[in-house]
Amino acid sequence: MSTAQTLRKTALNETAKHHKGKLVDFHGWELPIQFEGILKEHTAVRNSVGIFDVSHMGQIFLNGPDAFKLIQKTNTNDFRLATIGKGVYSHITNEKAGIVDDIIGFCLALNRYIVIVNATTIKKDYEWLKKKALKMNVTVEDRSSEFSMIALQGPKAVDIMEKFAPEANRLLRFGIIEKKLLNKDCFISRTGYTGEDGFEITAPNEIIAEIWRQFMDLGAPYGLIPCGLGARDTLRLEAGYLLYGQDADDEHTSIEANCGWAVCFEKGEFTGRDILLKQKKEGLKRKLKGIILEDRGVPRPGSKVFKDGQEIGTLNSATYSPTLKKGIGVGYLNMPNLKDGEEIEIELHSKLIKAKISRIPFYRGSASKI
Amino acid sequence: MPKQDEVKYTKTHEWIFVEGENATLGISEHAQEEMGDVVFVELPKIDQKLEKEKPCAVVESVKSAFDIYAAATGEVTAINDKLGGDPALINNSPLEEGWMYKIKLNNPDELKDLMDFAAYQEFIKQSV
Repeated sequence: MSTAQTLRKTALNETAKHHKGKLVDFHGWELPIQFEGILKEHTAVRNSVGIFDVSHMGQIFLNGPDAFKLIQKTNTNDFRLATIGKGVYSHITNEKAGIVDDIIGFCLALNRYIVIVNATTIKKDYEWLKKKALKMNVTVEDRSSEFSMIALQGPKAVDIMEKFAPEANRLLRFGIIEKKLLNKDCFISRTGYTGEDGFEITAPNEIIAEIWRQFMDLGAPYGLIPCGLGARDTLRLEAGYLLYGQDADDEHTSIEANCGWAVCFEKGEFTGRDILLKQKKEGLKRKLKGIILEDRGVPRPGSKVFKDGQEIGTLNSATYSPTLKKGIGVGYLNMPNLKDGEEIEIELHSKLIKAKISRIPFYRGSASKI
Repeated sequence: MPKQDEVKYTKTHEWIFVEGENATLGISEHAQEEMGDVVFVELPKIDQKLEKEKPCAVVESVKSAFDIYAAATGEVTAINDKLGGDPALINNSPLEEGWMYKIKLNNPDELKDLMDFAAYQEFIKQSV
């Protein structure tokens, strides 16, 4: 690829090459799409355990007396739930209630937060939070370039963690601990983007390759294998997680994105609250719905959705589900009240294929059992 | 079943193995490698008339859908039914168990511009 020299590399780039990862341009980052194969990697995470480089993700720190106020006012979810050592999944919203980003904010100490943001939105989120913090007593610090991140995902992740940092196994879902690894300040949280139990390890760039190597050694007895962005995408779609920029953006609201559960009206004022409240009361014109194919075929982003011969939307994310062995997808449909199981059709290669509205998530993994 | 130096290759990464006026077709090792895990294959129908360089099948991998082009003009005489139940045969054995369909050739002269294995290897190298 001629643009290779301009791509950003993570601190695990050499590691990915060592494992013979197939590297691609992912929004300006050179990252592995797969190692041995998407299906093998997907299955490893569902049944045992896989390891991912997610260093492209960003880390924004909020510090100071108004840190809680800032995170509470810029977000849809209620950060009173993020007591010290806990995180909350939430949306940062704009004045139109559009989604600036979907994030996890962890409370590390009173008025000290680490916000994990998407790779493509680091600068946007930072500038947005800075602007919102102008009249507050809080510092907003983008430390994304200092930190790398590993995701260890799968039902056997706990067995590896038992040997690496056993105290992390006492965390509940969305819990976080600060821990010295190789004498550096790091974070371990019980989170992930696969639907399975697992951990995300945030560590300074200079030690991440060593941490990866230790996990590979400890994980060998459990069949731990490196996994790429391809499996990450099939896993997250089965688990019903949004991909920012594809399923959610500045033009769609949290309720439209099927994330009403991450919106808390009772907490008081936050950006976009009035619009969200109006949508909740008056109903939606469009909503992100899940679809599952009845007949064979693989839906793709952009595939058109039909109901009784009328086009009702297109799919934002869609793929073959390795777990269900069927085509699945999500898309904004202009019939937001369609019920699970209702018959629809998806256009593939100029043919209409039978499908049904499906619940999201499509599959519940071990993460739902913690 | 053929070895990779007994078949001819197209620029669109299909292979064709000719035995008299009959031929077996599939996709190359390089093609399956690029596509990744194959999960679904749409084959032509028996007796269907295929025209050289026209799309005649679709291979769907987890990543994407790929059109497969006919390497020669002819009529379909057989299809590999096993691919329905086990599409991964294309990944695991693209030249043998992962063959896609057989045709009766209409015009064997058409095959002259196809590449042998060495030429195809060179072609792949240059197109990277």
